[in-house]
Amino acid sequence: MTTILVIAEPSAEGVKAPTLTTLGAAAKLGGAVHVLVLGQGVAGVADATAKIAGVAKVLVADAAELAHGLAENVAPLVVGLVKSGGYSHVLAPSTTFGKNVAPRVAALLDVAQISDITGVESPDTFTRPIYAGNAIATVQSLDPVKVATVRGTAFEAVQATGGSAAVEAVSGAADAGLSTFVGNEVSKSERPELTSARVIVSGGRGMQSGDNFHLLEALADKLGAAVGASRAAVDAGFVPNDYQVGQTGKIVAPELYIAVGISGAIQHLAGMKDSKVIVAINKDEEAPIFQIADYGLVADLFKAVPELTGQV
Amino acid sequence: MKILVAVKRVVDYNVKVRVKADGTGVETANVKMSMNPFDEIAVEEAVRLKEAGKATEIVVVSVGPTQAQETLRTALAMGADRAILVQHDGETQSLGVAKALKALAEKEQPGLVILGKQAIDDDANQTGQMLAALLGWAQGTFASKVVPAEGTVAVTREIDGGLETVELKLPAVVTTDLRLNEPRYASLPNIMKAKKKPLEVVDAVGLGVDLTPRLKTLKVVEPAKRAGGIKVGSVEELVAKLKTEARVI
Repeated sequence: MTTILVIAEPSAEGVKAPTLTTLGAAAKLGGAVHVLVLGQGVAGVADATAKIAGVAKVLVADAAELAHGLAENVAPLVVGLVKSGGYSHVLAPSTTFGKNVAPRVAALLDVAQISDITGVESPDTFTRPIYAGNAIATVQSLDPVKVATVRGTAFEAVQATGGSAAVEAVSGAADAGLSTFVGNEVSKSERPELTSARVIVSGGRGMQSGDNFHLLEALADKLGAAVGASRAAVDAGFVPNDYQVGQTGKIVAPELYIAVGISGAIQHLAGMKDSKVIVAINKDEEAPIFQIADYGLVADLFKAVPELTGQV
Repeated sequence: MKILVAVKRVVDYNVKVRVKADGTGVETANVKMSMNPFDEIAVEEAVRLKEAGKATEIVVVSVGPTQAQETLRTALAMGADRAILVQHDGETQSLGVAKALKALAEKEQPGLVILGKQAIDDDANQTGQMLAALLGWAQGTFASKVVPAEGTVAVTREIDGGLETVELKLPAVVTTDLRLNEPRYASLPNIMKAKKKPLEVVDAVGLGVDLTPRLKTLKVVEPAKRAGGIKVGSVEELVAKLKTEARVI
């Protein structure tokens, strides 16, 4: 029988978008869906999670040891729940949290992990991109428990309301004594998050400096868009790492993706080619980005972007 | 402190991969193979730690076919001291490789194991986390900064919201992200010297490890192609198309 444990993206603020898309993948599997909400001070989040459509039960693990989602503390808790609850599937979002924790869970269960699934063919068979999305593999898990991370852009988010699941506290969280959280530098922005934005304006090496990103920010603010960047722009120090869209950065699929001064390296395309509409602005008409863009404009971005900002 | 570095031989990142006509995988015959780029960063970090006096010996290991010896020689030329190949001709998957690395870690007793965060062929992003789990060690994944201290290592990690720093008890496993360092090119004299460095070949049976794949690849296909778009002549035309044709603004 299919019973699925979904590990929610941790946040003390509320239900995060990756949790809803991971639940979208769970819905395709069929079967009972339980969600593990973990962290410190997450009672409110657990209550909100219980209202998500299709969730049968919310397990809430509220403990100081789980405050920062350290894999060393989270994995044993999940493994304990899988063993006592008899789950057939464990799904986590393909966020840096999920990618850090899920393989640790899988190894402790002595099962393989299926990374970054983009499709569910049957309860044991999934599709996933390999070689930066240049090939799509269909893989079948031969293990008794299927542990998978879910690519958010590939699945419909489930409705955040309409459900009324039971909330059950789970204990057993402990400090493994292996790691401690020291601190973080989290970018603060009033703009939407990259992975859930309807529109994204992204800059590449062609922006020439971090200061010039204000051109993109002005356009983004007119469009209610998030601002992203190519690896080249991040490597050059124009913007922080969390702006990066690509194979090793964030995978996005907004309704509109505007690539400015981005040449279109394979690893960048891997992160945005599923966008509904792609616009490319680049002065090099040979740039590979034009091969996948719906609308290409060969122009000097320093003239075209302010003009565009003025006209939208 | 001894450092163990794991490297994988993969299709070179500049190669445009082609899916085989029979759908069993991608074409790897007569294709340039190189060290996985994230693993180059792992080797570089180990070499820098040794140069800074924080490490005493670097052992580089790989699980793969005979040709992976070339990948190991590259790591030796970058500055690793000796190499171990777990020779295996079939498909390798993360869990099996993690088990082989665990067996080697138990034998070599390193203070730190450094791996690339993912290989650019299967894009799995699992082996380091699995190795840490099997050893019961701490894991510092997606590292952009690694600072060892007495009995601990501070690892700054690239996370979705920005950066996070964790302190890990040693021994620990670290996986590298893009901005940890820029790997050096091996010099010709060092390439020559690397040929004389020790390279031991073992097999999975000798290590008592089962490398049988747990995931069966049923087929591999090309991704759906995007239909080609058009070039617009001006910002005005672009705005008009986005409003009336694509209707996204």
